[in-house]
Amino acid sequence: MTPAPAITVAGSASIDGVSLFAPLVLTLEAAQWTCLLGGSGVGKSTVLRLIAGLETGADFSGTITASDSSPVAARVAYMAQDDLLFPWASVAQNVALGARLRGEQVDLARLDDLLRRVRLTDHAAKRPAELSGGQRQRVALARTLMEDKPVVLLDEPFSALDARTRADMQELAAELLAGRTVLLVTHDPAEAARLGHSIQVMTAGGLTAVAPPTEEMPRAVDDAATLECQAVLLRMLREGGQ
Amino acid sequence: MTRWLPALAATLFALAIWQAVVSLTDLPRFILPGPLLVAETWWQSRWLIAEHTAVTALEVLIGLACGAVLGVATALQLASSRIARVLVQPMLVFTQALPVFALAPILTLWLGYGLWSKVAMAVLIIYFPITAAFFDGLMRTPVGYLDLARTMQASPRAVLWHIRVPAALPQLASGLRLAAVYAPIGAVIGEWVGASKGLGYLMLLANGRAKTDLMFAAMLTLGVLSVLLHLAMRRATRRMAGER
Repeated sequence: MTPAPAITVAGSASIDGVSLFAPLVLTLEAAQWTCLLGGSGVGKSTVLRLIAGLETGADFSGTITASDSSPVAARVAYMAQDDLLFPWASVAQNVALGARLRGEQVDLARLDDLLRRVRLTDHAAKRPAELSGGQRQRVALARTLMEDKPVVLLDEPFSALDARTRADMQELAAELLAGRTVLLVTHDPAEAARLGHSIQVMTAGGLTAVAPPTEEMPRAVDDAATLECQAVLLRMLREGGQ
Repeated sequence: MTRWLPALAATLFALAIWQAVVSLTDLPRFILPGPLLVAETWWQSRWLIAEHTAVTALEVLIGLACGAVLGVATALQLASSRIARVLVQPMLVFTQALPVFALAPILTLWLGYGLWSKVAMAVLIIYFPITAAFFDGLMRTPVGYLDLARTMQASPRAVLWHIRVPAALPQLASGLRLAAVYAPIGAVIGEWVGASKGLGYLMLLANGRAKTDLMFAAMLTLGVLSVLLHLAMRRATRRMAGER
């Protein structure tokens, strides 16, 4: 993996002339987790998709730059709320998808290692339909890591999971994605408070930075400062939504 | 097995009513023969019927294979090229507005009385359902898959073969299952217009000689052939359809 760059998004977006978000500047610090927290429809997923070079349906005027000036879109790995596993392929084939799509040799040692780290070695030959929701999302995480990209974009990847599985997944992702520049788009204040090295609340009025708890992430779910931060974030979301 | 019992019971019931109507009304056998007479005729003419069934079955199988290959190739071409879609799609829809049956005489004129005019007829009938079903599947790939592939720098070709085609296989399976029912109809239409072999020819011949019992025997054989073909296709496309 090449060293993780910082990423800066600066600009505004509109859909059919109607403003989606006003001019904003969002910087993802190198090798840190940035949590972009907001309600539905404020354009937080649009920001993520712009960085990923995906279709957004919005007109964006502005720039997306990396601190090392190299192009961004080719250096991102993407994980969505839907695990996007292919039902016709095995777990191992799903994890190795990127190499297969590019016609490259699959790095089998790396594949084995990643399956072990997401605790799915025994399930490698199974189809996704045979797995639980948490296991499926672990396959998606392994597929994201298999890409070995310095920038990782997470679009509410844990929001469809039950509370316990979500907490487990947050810790696993924090451990495995260390050293990468991560953007986590979420609508869950607790998730942002646990995982953000920096937290940005996105509302119709724009971005507001919130100081995260001082403890190193992933923070304990019952940590007092984390719970307090969560409360602050929730209040901001509710006030911003008026 | 229990799934088949109600169907079997209903069939027997229908046959009983048929026989009752024939026995009670004393209809002449060339108007409506009873099921018992049809069964008797079927048994007596079994080698004749078998010979003609083999011909029709061969036409249908070749037609299915050719139609499937052509349909799949067309759908792939349409799905991977915008120009092909713009040029060919309207034409494809227009051909479906034409009564394909009306083409049977000209096919016989072009391809002769033998096997190939019937194969062509079967192909004409199943080509569109297969093409349309598979093409539809290829164009409805979940957007999330395509997003993911894009972030992985996949080429359009790789996306087609690794994602769009496998995601469209269930629709192709539906198209093929439909085709298995339609193909015998195509072959029989071809045989009606001009043939010296096949179940369609036999039905026409029997009808012309007032051998209505033989006509029924041939028709029911055709029905059984179609159902068997459909069941075989169902089985063959199970994995493709994503069924267990």
